[in-house]
Amino acid sequence: MALLSLSGLDVRYGAIQAVRSLDLEVAEGEIVALLGANGAGKSTTLKAIVGLAKATGEITFAGKSIAGRETEEIVRNGLTMVPEGRRVFPSLTVAENLRLGAATRRDPAATERSRKEVETLFPVLAERADQPAGTLSGGQQQQLAIGRALMSEPKLLLLDEPSLGLAPQIVDDIFDLILRLKARGLTILLVEQDAIAALDVADRAYVMANGRIIMSGPAAELRASEQVARAYLGIAAENAA
Amino acid sequence: MIGYFVEQTGNALSLGGIYALLALGLAVVYSILGLINFAHGALMTLTGYVLVGAAVYGLPFLIAAPLAIVIVMASAVLLERIAFRPVRGASGATMLLTSFAVAVLLQLAFQLFISTRPQIVPLPDMLTATLDIGGLAIGVNRVISVVVAVLVLIALNQFLKRTIIGLAMRAAAEDFDVTRLMGIRANRVIAAAFALSGLLAGIAAILWMAQRSSVDPLMGLVPVLKAFIATTLGGLGSLQGAVLGGLLLGAIEIYLAAYLPDAMLPYQGALTLGVVILVLVARPQGLVGARREAAR
Repeated sequence: MALLSLSGLDVRYGAIQAVRSLDLEVAEGEIVALLGANGAGKSTTLKAIVGLAKATGEITFAGKSIAGRETEEIVRNGLTMVPEGRRVFPSLTVAENLRLGAATRRDPAATERSRKEVETLFPVLAERADQPAGTLSGGQQQQLAIGRALMSEPKLLLLDEPSLGLAPQIVDDIFDLILRLKARGLTILLVEQDAIAALDVADRAYVMANGRIIMSGPAAELRASEQVARAYLGIAAENAA
Repeated sequence: MIGYFVEQTGNALSLGGIYALLALGLAVVYSILGLINFAHGALMTLTGYVLVGAAVYGLPFLIAAPLAIVIVMASAVLLERIAFRPVRGASGATMLLTSFAVAVLLQLAFQLFISTRPQIVPLPDMLTATLDIGGLAIGVNRVISVVVAVLVLIALNQFLKRTIIGLAMRAAAEDFDVTRLMGIRANRVIAAAFALSGLLAGIAAILWMAQRSSVDPLMGLVPVLKAFIATTLGGLGSLQGAVLGGLLLGAIEIYLAAYLPDAMLPYQGALTLGVVILVLVARPQGLVGARREAAR
């Protein structure tokens, strides 16, 4: 039984249809990558799941329909999104950002445990706890954005372009982290433009173009597929090399 | 000479403190919703009428004042629910006009159902007494204004730093959607912002009336216009800016009134605005430049 399932999802921005009758499933414990070129509708799909973009169609999370619900209610069900561009609260300190991540939690002891875990994953966040988040580097802000999301102890984490705008070695760190999160039992739906890196960590993947899923399957198969290679010249170049 | 200056500085702090509280009330709401709430003045006026009404029922001031503040906080939340929620996310102009409409409606209601004439606000003698400090006559109301404003600013700062709802309000001012992604209910943050603005309006109104002892349907209009100037001066949407702008505006007004030659006194208002314009020409974003646009 899938943890998250989308069926017949449509998202319209005025006259433009950004997502067309999209079906997608994420099983518990999986990392699923959602790939595609710029403007394919990947980020819009994530926004629709968390209720930040108006959508029609069915969205089920942990057996409950969450379509049309308010963002805050959806998040309270145990799923959250790390938005594209990190979007930490810049004038709030690192500690305050993390505290807001746990805003809905009632048990202070459990929240404190989460904070310790997040600080073990990202030691720099403990070092800079009292610094305004806006003064962190891009990579540190991405760590904070992910740490802040983890503070809510989600069952499902939606990651929107976590590698965007980061230096290559920091991108490697982020993908290592995604694997570590998976090892801890977190389910992840990952939107990425860096298809190679995403397919390396994902179990399965979907490829989008013009708002539709054009193919899907196990990550290893997609990596070998010529169709993906054609969609992603980057892979073709690497395979040829 | 020095005595006069000290006295005027006391006046400047007391007036500036009230402006700062009012400007903060406007800024708290504006920073989250992009709404400039001109009905804020009506909340001040309402505070006065509750005090008048409470006196009719024989309630002592120390009970009537907190009661008035609670009623004003509840009214601010109610205003949001009835008038501002339907236009949430609309353009700035739509929200501005809505707030004007609410302000005018409330003024008319005060005129129709209470009176167009000023009502005496009964204040304890303590508030109207004068202290003699080293030969300087300083009104107790001025001292209380300054002390209360400082205490409120300290408490507000703690509230915004220590409580989840305070943090959520600051976060919502920076990124409303992401605040909701934290599972924080949008309506609750906005209601809290209005309650806080009501609290600040109520306190400011009591301090304002302590220096005037009467309330009329238009009482809140001028101070809120001043508070709006103060928020613009400090930087719209910035809470520090609101405080700074309020204090600065109070100081400009009082010192001009104190030191202008008599022949120039009629121009005090124009000169005050002239100084404000000069500051804004040099720093269009206000003294504490605030980024940000309105929440959806």
